[in-house]
Parts: sequence; structure tokens; C-alpha cells
Amino acid sequence: MNRSTIDLWVGVFVVAGIAGLLFLALKVGNLATFSNSQTYQVQAKFANIGGLKARAPVKSAGVVVGRVADIRFDNESYEAIVSINIDYNYQFPRDTTAKILTSGILGEQYLGLEAGGDGVMLKNGDRLRLTQSAVVLENLISQFLFNKAAEGKPEAKESAK
Amino acid sequence: MQQSPAAQRVVAHPIVEIRKLSFGYDAKRPVLRSIDLAIERGSVVGIMGQSGCGKTTLLRVIMGALRPSAGEARVLGHTIKELDREGLYAMRRKMGMLFQFGALFTDQSVYENVAFPLREHTDLSEDLINDLVMLKLNAVGLRGAAHLAPTELSGGMARRVALARSIALDPQLILYDEPFTGLDPISFGVIVRLIRELNDSLGATSIIVTHDVQEALRVVDYVYFMAAGRVIAQGRPDEIRQSSEPFVRQFVNGSSEGPVPFHYPAPAYDADLELATH
Amino acid sequence: MRVADVRARLERLGSGVTFHVLRLGFASRFLAHLVMHSGTALRRFRLTTAEIYFAGVLSLIIILVSGLFVGMVLALQGYETLQRFGASESLGVLVALSLVRELGPVVAGLLFASRAGSAITAEIGLMKATEQLSAMEMMAVDPIARVVAPRFWGGVLSMPLLAALFSAMGIFGGYLVGVQLIGVDPGAFWSQMQAAVDLRNDILNGVIKSVVFGVAVTWIAVFEGYDAPPTAEGVSRATTRTVVTSSLAILALDFVLTALMFTGGTHQ
Repeated sequence: MNRSTIDLWVGVFVVAGIAGLLFLALKVGNLATFSNSQTYQVQAKFANIGGLKARAPVKSAGVVVGRVADIRFDNESYEAIVSINIDYNYQFPRDTTAKILTSGILGEQYLGLEAGGDGVMLKNGDRLRLTQSAVVLENLISQFLFNKAAEGKPEAKESAK
Repeated sequence: MQQSPAAQRVVAHPIVEIRKLSFGYDAKRPVLRSIDLAIERGSVVGIMGQSGCGKTTLLRVIMGALRPSAGEARVLGHTIKELDREGLYAMRRKMGMLFQFGALFTDQSVYENVAFPLREHTDLSEDLINDLVMLKLNAVGLRGAAHLAPTELSGGMARRVALARSIALDPQLILYDEPFTGLDPISFGVIVRLIRELNDSLGATSIIVTHDVQEALRVVDYVYFMAAGRVIAQGRPDEIRQSSEPFVRQFVNGSSEGPVPFHYPAPAYDADLELATH
Repeated sequence: MRVADVRARLERLGSGVTFHVLRLGFASRFLAHLVMHSGTALRRFRLTTAEIYFAGVLSLIIILVSGLFVGMVLALQGYETLQRFGASESLGVLVALSLVRELGPVVAGLLFASRAGSAITAEIGLMKATEQLSAMEMMAVDPIARVVAPRFWGGVLSMPLLAALFSAMGIFGGYLVGVQLIGVDPGAFWSQMQAAVDLRNDILNGVIKSVVFGVAVTWIAVFEGYDAPPTAEGVSRATTRTVVTSSLAILALDFVLTALMFTGGTHQ
């Protein structure tokens, strides 16, 4: 086979391969969001984070505005400290509420932000005061059962203790 | 003719000198035992013997592919034992080698095969390379086959192309490993003629390792006979032809009777047939 | 009698282990030599270009066609399962993540091993058997630098591109079946995919996998070829060994890499 033909084909192959990579990066992986843009970090304390994991999306009104950066356990308050990176394009008031929510009934958990009414905006290093922990299915069920039991026969509550 | 293997032949301008050389892949089974050999610059020398007598091993020591276990091998003024990789490669640039079946690069054309050493070792312009390749191919009579692929060549032609490739850099020493194997009589004659012509026109020295004694005797100036890792006889072709030494006679005449037995060492025949039990 | 039996077995095991450890040692030294003598292959890049042609361009057809079909099957099977949970909009996520994280690098690697790896082994083995490598050595040219290194780099450079093309083609196949044939909403297909596929964690890790597989397969292929007994039978056995060993290597490495990449994040 001719040398220049080989060169041509190799050139085509390399271009196609790089195009494939770009397709994966831009069209499939969406390079545009968050990879390069500046973020600021805030923290929130939760009594229970349920199944929240690092890199889980942070959504407000259903729009992804950031990602969970880090989850730690606070040895003094026995609570979870969740660090969140939020895109600079999205500014939230200081009294924003952070909730741990689930997408669908069995879907993965994400962090929802609900904006408050304060005039001062959050900045890097701030802490969200208002949080709502994850709903743990077992707690929900046992609560439901207790309520049922309490309604039916009040003495059952005594025996359960 | 010198019958004693120990006698060191005195040569005025040795290009290859081997003294008391021994070699073995392991200590128990030596392949070469105390070889003495000297090759005169400008001559065509044959190293002959049966298959497995160690002649190819000797060739591999001369080309520096194997290190001698004992003794000394001096080739083109270098002591093989002392050469590092770079030194070995520098020495090989002054040598050419023709392999048994040519060993042409099958993924390149005849032209590219002959141009290969030039491209690897020189910075010559494409024009100059073209001239040199055509010159070498013309010397072996295959200028017209330059564009062919090695797979399109007959055995004899392939060997001629390989010869053109091995002389591309005008070597001082040309080694031939069984150059006659599997050739038809005409190709045979051509190769014999080429070995002589190229040796004389390039002013090179040639070493031919072969078991085709009769044919090789037509082209060489001097012959070493080897058996079981030793040089057992040496001399000029006419001396060899008239030799009375039984082994040499058997070899030159190709007879099955002689010091080299027809039978591989075995227990007595009747024992193998279990005649003794009857 | 029984003691002798056990002893013989242990000896066989021991010699087997020694043999393989030795071979691994040879292969590692071979790789080190190869990498250190890669100057020629990279300086005269034409040599490597030709090998990219043989390893990469000639594998294109099989990679593209397989990728398309794998993507189409994924979409069909995935839709069957997802629609039971009413999550058929997540079809894009399923197809893209399966391909980018796992199937792209692994299946492309397996195809590459049997298409290009075996060819590399056979070619180098035949060159050795016909004394072409010795001839090169005699012309003061290092066959590892001149023959092996370009093939190695050609394979290593081709593999990630092939894997990317396989994944891209697979996602296209998934789109064809999912959106065009079944009728999943194209907006949901792409946007859910984009929201779920992370550039660093999914795509970059997939690329890293394909690079590792490329190195492993090509290393095995060139070593088996160079190490093959110089006979027709030796070369054909070496070719088989290349395909078997590199397929196993891909699957084992895939497990190790997946364990390192995708479980690290959850333990926080």
C-alpha cells in the first residue's frame, strides 16, 4: 500500500477518534457545566443524610446548581457536615433551606435548596442554618405503625416500651 | 596439508583470528572445543562439516551473537569478548551476512530491502540511495526486479537480493550461512559465481559455512573441516580433494561408509530385536 | 507412595509458578528495554504511523459495527427493563454509562486483542522464524527499536481512539433504537444522559481504562511474538496465547480498575 494512502487513512482515523472523544465529552458528558466554572463552597449540618453521597447533584427548583463536595461526621454535635460547591452563576439568600430529597420513590438522593427571603447573599465558607434531614424509610414505617397502634389500642404503646 | 588440528596456520594479514576458542550453552556439553583458525584478508574461506558439528555456532561467535566461554576471537581488529553493545553494532556495520534463506523483510519491496541498511545507517539523499540500490541490484543481476515483493521471488533470486542487501554498505567481511541450501543447479552456479566476484570486486573477505562440500570447493581458497566441535582438517581445495584422511574422504565423496557411521549409536541389533531371548 | 505423589504434585506446582514468574520477569525487562529504545519509533514517526494503520485503521470496521450493535441491543434490553419502572426516559443514561464506563473499553479491548493483537504476534513471530530479526541484528539495527517499538506505540495510541469510537457508535446505536424505533423522547434521552454522565468520573475513567488495556494487549502481543519459538507451530501457539492472555488480562484489569475508580467515592 502507498505511503501517502496510509498517512491519509491514519489521519482520518485520528480525526475520527478525537471526534468520538469530543462527542463523549460534549454531547454525552456535557463538558460545559461545572467542569471549568467557578464555584463557592457552603456547609450544612444534617442530623441524618440517609444515602447522600459525594458528587450528588445539588438542585434548586429542579435545576442542577452544584454538587456535594464532601461529607464528614462532626464529633461534637454528632451530626453530618455536608460541603456543597455551588456555581457562581447562582446566588442564594442566607436563609436558604437545604433538604435531602429523593428523585422518584427509589431513586438516588440529592440535595435540594429552597431560597429564603433574606437580602444578604451566601458567600464562600458560609453555613446554611436551616436544614431538613433525609427521610429514612424505616423511621417512617415505624412512626406509621406506632401511630396506628396508638389509635387502635392505647395500652399497646405501653407494652411496646 | 596440515592434519593436526592444533597447528596454528600463520597468516600474513588476518581479518579473523580465533585462538583456543571454546563455547558451550552449558558447561557439560561444549559445542566448540579449542578451535584455532585464522582467515587471510581478501580470501574466500569455507568452514565445512556435518550438520550439528558446531560450524554455525562458530559463525555466530564471529558475528558476535555468542560470547566465547574460553579463548579469544578477534574479528576486524576487535576482541569479541570486550565489545559492548555499541562496539558490537559498530563492528557489524563493517560486516555483511547472508542468511540461509535470505531473510528478506517480507513487508518491504526488493528495493526497500536493499535500501534498508543505507536508510538506517546513513543520511544519504534519496537520489544517492536510489543510485546505490540500483548499483547493488545490478551487481546481482536483479535491477529489473526492484519493484517486486520478496514473496514474488524464487529461492535463488531471494538469495541474490539478500546478497545485494548484505553488501549495501560495502562490508569488509561477508559471512554466508549455508548459501547453497535448496537451490536449483543454475541458481547454484549463479551464487557461486557471485560470491567470488563480489569478494574480489569489493576487496572483501568471505567466510562460507556449508555442508555442500563439492560445490563449495569450487569457490573457496582455503577450507576448515569441523567435526564434533573441533577443527579436524584444513587446507587448500586441491589438497582436500587429494586428502587421504578417512573423514575428509568420506565427506568429500559423500559415502555412507567411513569414520562417521551410518548408524546412530545404539545397543546391539539382536538385543533390540530381542533375539537373545529366543 | 502417597508421599511421593504429593511431592511430585508440589514439584509440578513449584516449577509452574517459577516458570510464570520468570516469564513475567522477562516480559517486564523486555518492556523496559522497549520503552528505553523507543527513540527511533518516535523520532521517525512514519514507522509508528504505519503501525497505527495496521492496528487502528484496519480494526475500524469491526469496532464501528460491533459498537453500533452493542448499543442497539443495550437500548432494546434496557428499555424492556426500564419501562417496568416507568423510567424509560433514563434509557440514555443506561446506554451511555454502560458503554462509557464498561462496555466501550472492555469490548473494544477484546476485539482489539483478537484483531490487532494476534496480527502483531503473528507478524513478529514470523519475522523471527524467517530470521528477519536476526538479519536486522546483523545489520547493526536493534529489532526491538526498529520492529517492536513502532508496533507497540501504534497499538497503544490506537486503542483509546478505538474505544472512544466504539462508545460513540454505541450511543448512536442506542439513540437509533431508543428514540427512532421505540419512541423515547429525544430531549429526555440526551438531557438525562448529560445530567448523569460525569466528565471526570465516567468519561475520563473510561479513557484511562482503554489506555491501560491498550498497553496490556500490545505489550502481551509484542512479547509473545518476540518470544515465540521460531517455527510455524510456535508462532501459531503464540498467537493463540496472545488472544487468551490479553482477554483475561483485560477482564482482570477491568475489575481492578473499576474497584479503584468507582468505589472510591462512595466511602466518604
